[in-house]
Amino acid sequence: MRDALGNMRRVLVLGGDSDIGNAIAAEAVRQRGVDHVILAARDPERLTDRVDQLTSLGAQVDTVAFDLTDYDAHGLLFERLASQYGDLDLVVLAAAILGDQHRAEHDPAHLREMLEVDFVAAAGVGMAAARALEAQGTGTLLVLSTIAALQARRTNFVYGAAKAGLDAFAQGLSDMVDGSGARVLVVRPGFVHSKMTTGLDEAPFAQTPNEVAAAAIAALGRSRTVVHTSGPVAAVGKVLQALPRPAVRKLPR
Amino acid sequence: MRLGAQRRLLTGWGRGTATGADVVIPVDRAMVEAAASEVPARGVLARGLGRSYGDAAQNAGGRVLDMTSLQGVHEFSPDSGLLTASSGLVLHDLMQRVVPLGWFPHVTPGTRQVTLGGALAADIHGKNHHRDGSWANGVRSFELVTPDGDGQPVTQQVTREDSPEVFRATLGGMGLTGIVTQQTLQLQQIPSSRLVVDTERARDLDDLLARMTDHDDDYRFSVAWIDCLARGAQLGRSVLTRGDWAQPDDLPVDQINSPHGFNSAPLLTAPPWAPSGLLNPLTVSAFNELWFRLAPTHRTGEIQSIGAFFHPLDSIRDWNRIYGRAGFLQYQFVVPFGAEDVLRTIVEILAGLRIASFLAVLKRFGPGNDALLSFPMPGWTLALDIPLGDDRLEATLRHFDHLVAEAGGRIYLAKDSCLTPGLLPVMYPKLDRWRSIQTDLDPHGVLTSDLNRRLDLTGRGAAR
Repeated sequence: MRDALGNMRRVLVLGGDSDIGNAIAAEAVRQRGVDHVILAARDPERLTDRVDQLTSLGAQVDTVAFDLTDYDAHGLLFERLASQYGDLDLVVLAAAILGDQHRAEHDPAHLREMLEVDFVAAAGVGMAAARALEAQGTGTLLVLSTIAALQARRTNFVYGAAKAGLDAFAQGLSDMVDGSGARVLVVRPGFVHSKMTTGLDEAPFAQTPNEVAAAAIAALGRSRTVVHTSGPVAAVGKVLQALPRPAVRKLPR
Repeated sequence: MRLGAQRRLLTGWGRGTATGADVVIPVDRAMVEAAASEVPARGVLARGLGRSYGDAAQNAGGRVLDMTSLQGVHEFSPDSGLLTASSGLVLHDLMQRVVPLGWFPHVTPGTRQVTLGGALAADIHGKNHHRDGSWANGVRSFELVTPDGDGQPVTQQVTREDSPEVFRATLGGMGLTGIVTQQTLQLQQIPSSRLVVDTERARDLDDLLARMTDHDDDYRFSVAWIDCLARGAQLGRSVLTRGDWAQPDDLPVDQINSPHGFNSAPLLTAPPWAPSGLLNPLTVSAFNELWFRLAPTHRTGEIQSIGAFFHPLDSIRDWNRIYGRAGFLQYQFVVPFGAEDVLRTIVEILAGLRIASFLAVLKRFGPGNDALLSFPMPGWTLALDIPLGDDRLEATLRHFDHLVAEAGGRIYLAKDSCLTPGLLPVMYPKLDRWRSIQTDLDPHGVLTSDLNRRLDLTGRGAAR
């Protein structure tokens, strides 16, 4: 149960191996009194380091096996967590793949996989999470979007398109739960240094997962539905949206 | 039975944490019983006017009974002052009916906008605590609806004599032992509807405590307003107001023909658009300075109305809006006599941080009662409003919580919105006893609130 100072008890990270998801959980433990983190991932055995990291901050950490593309499991996951642990104060939807743009342009299976994971399956579990929080009458669903969702670019438009879908979907979810006591927050970072982006050229105004996490947790205390993780990132987003198509086409990565 | 529940966002008076609940408006006791028996997944809670500051009257995702729909007076004896009324009756409406007849509630808090049910659940107190105790002291009996083990509601008449345990657990029980549908109260007889008030300024905290210790017992009502922004030699400067009911002879000529007249409608409504930063150290300290300067150094025998003396903020409807969107919290603690150093430390820290607070209220409590979770105990109680949004607030309040607990004091649950569960058994040593009675009354844990979820009052962990 959240208190008047914004302290919370329990956080669920969907995409338990995500750098940003874990950074948000860690920030919630450090800044918002969270003492229980649940990491949901397809392969919980690979989360040992993540668990150790969060445990060392003083939180109880549990893991749960969860396949994002098993649609029937979405609702069941929340039923199970509610009966096993109790209320979720914050659900972080961080499950995503960056994919390989070039490969997706030639391999229909990969194209489909990217669109499915980053949009269709994420939307499915987002809906289940929103419904669960609505029934709870309290709690926040934090959906990780990106400024890449604001403008399709030659170099990563498959990822951008999927995220654009999720971004719009999440804004719709926020309207859906309005008045129920639950809330949906859409967080748009710019380029983030993480294992997902290892090997890519850095974009301007790049941030670390911890910086993104700090901005995301700070946004929980305000009432906006969509936030960017820094002023410059917000500005870049605005510029991207304003550029005419021929200019966008010439953008480097 | 059809309950017609509607999802609504509910907050406490501090407007800090909104949660959604399915609100049922019961039209009679049968409907209250039905609402307590067909158990929804996230439990049931009765709510009055929502004047508790934190989350005591919220039940996220569960069912909330809006008891303000049940406000009938069932019986009243103008000779004995015994009154039986539904829990949703508002103190304001009660006063309008009984003051002209020469009666007054045993206790009134700083607002008339509370229900009898809320008053009982929080075992509220007022300016006469040192003389008359709290709400519980005026309750003769009440009717309690509890959800029993088979999903059947049980309605029982509870008196201090026949069911002392249920009585002690329900008064101050924050609504978690059952739903109180009606109460029988002993009112106090009043010689008039005015008060004779003495006002004096105290130059600092020591001066104030000495004045209260020496002469509080000469008055039925006593309260001090402290300027928590004053520092240094002026630390704890205050205005002390004390009084008693006026005798008809005390009244000015124009009031003498209606000694029990009562007319207190709100004058103003606070605008809904107040910006969050309106109350800042600058504006509040200017206000406090003005208020202190305008108070008389010493004035005796002033005649005041019930509204002016007990409920000054009721003249501004929705005054909680002036804190803006972010809302505010109220922090109220009591420390026993002998722990004046803790009181001083807290006032010093507040003044040093300049966390903007309107005047804080200091009251000297008399003896406590035997209700298990009742807040008052012999000692000093300080209540202050603090706007939310200051980053230093959390560490400061956690520090205060510990100082208060170590001194053998406690936090008032009806005001609380940020205590942590660990200190609860320290502050409320009869918690275990209360829990065992609560479990008997509500074996399946149907009764719950956001306060309960946050502090685990009932001791059942994450259930519901």
